[in-house]
Amino acid sequence: MSFINYASREINCKIVYYGPGLCGKTTNLQYIYNKTANDAKGKMISLATETERTLFFDFLPLALGEIRGFKTRFHLYTVPGQVFYDASRKLILKGVDGVVFVADSQEARLDANIESLENLKDNLAEQGFNIEKIPFVIQYNKRDLPDLTSVDELSKLLNERKVPELEASAMTGEGVFETLKAAAKLVLNDLKKGG
Amino acid sequence: MFGPQSSLVMYDEEYQRILSILEKMLRESNSKVIFLVDKNGQLIAATGETANLDTTSLASLTAGNIAATGGLAKLIGEKEFSILFHEGEKDNIHISIVGGRVILVVIFDQRSSLGLVRLRVKKTSLDLAGVFEDLAKKAMAQIAAAGTASASPFAEITDDDIDNLFN
Repeated sequence: MSFINYASREINCKIVYYGPGLCGKTTNLQYIYNKTANDAKGKMISLATETERTLFFDFLPLALGEIRGFKTRFHLYTVPGQVFYDASRKLILKGVDGVVFVADSQEARLDANIESLENLKDNLAEQGFNIEKIPFVIQYNKRDLPDLTSVDELSKLLNERKVPELEASAMTGEGVFETLKAAAKLVLNDLKKGG
Repeated sequence: MFGPQSSLVMYDEEYQRILSILEKMLRESNSKVIFLVDKNGQLIAATGETANLDTTSLASLTAGNIAATGGLAKLIGEKEFSILFHEGEKDNIHISIVGGRVILVVIFDQRSSLGLVRLRVKKTSLDLAGVFEDLAKKAMAQIAAAGTASASPFAEITDDDIDNLFN
């Protein structure tokens, strides 16, 4: 749910990175944080455990620039991926404008991806959203590692809706900004329609 | 007040009304900082000693805090916990839900007291709820007038506008 502020001429949108545990959601945000100019980003907040697993969420505010005289800000959030944090995951989806599903391309994580996507569907529905309609992008992450599922197969299993899909390696940064751009585009186009 | 997928729209007139309500509360409660946050973590307005404060992060964490506490409330069969209070060595934070939709956050130190803050929050909440009701009516009127929800200033943007953001 975007926030259009005519008083400060700002528009704020919320994008949530979703996906199974250790798929690279936090790494996506860290890369964006590291590669963004200081004046375009706020502080990155990570509510994580001592072993650096996301406990509640990561948060990164980004200012992208102006459109038609309105400052465009995106608030990026990640959810905790581990299965047992489902109650927290639901909360982060409140008021979301767009979702990036980060899939772990490693063969061994195929089932985890499918399970997480089902979980996303359920949790979005619980917040009153339809996964068939919400701005949605899929990132096939970790393409630099061995023992991968092919993109064709991942696409067949995870991308029924045929939304934009991108290959990435969040550790090296490949595909990270492309993913964000694809998601931001869909969110802004949705706003254009008055969504 | 609003559906889950509708945008929150803030107009200059209501923004100024909100700001003057918050400024009045700041004076009358002797607090340091007051801000208003949407339940999704968007900062709506802030007043007081905000210069050295990361209000964006505060807004996001406050909303996360309210969301987590709301989850706890539901687990024990409560609708919500409408007031949260965090006591620190010097500064304290009083958080309350206004009109079911927005969050009023008051940061205060020994120059004020919990009792005074609670008293002023009650009055301020009523005033703010009035503004948000007006805002909701305005939004409904806009939608009715336009026939759709496309009162957005973004109705006219092009793909090029969006691409330019990333250059």
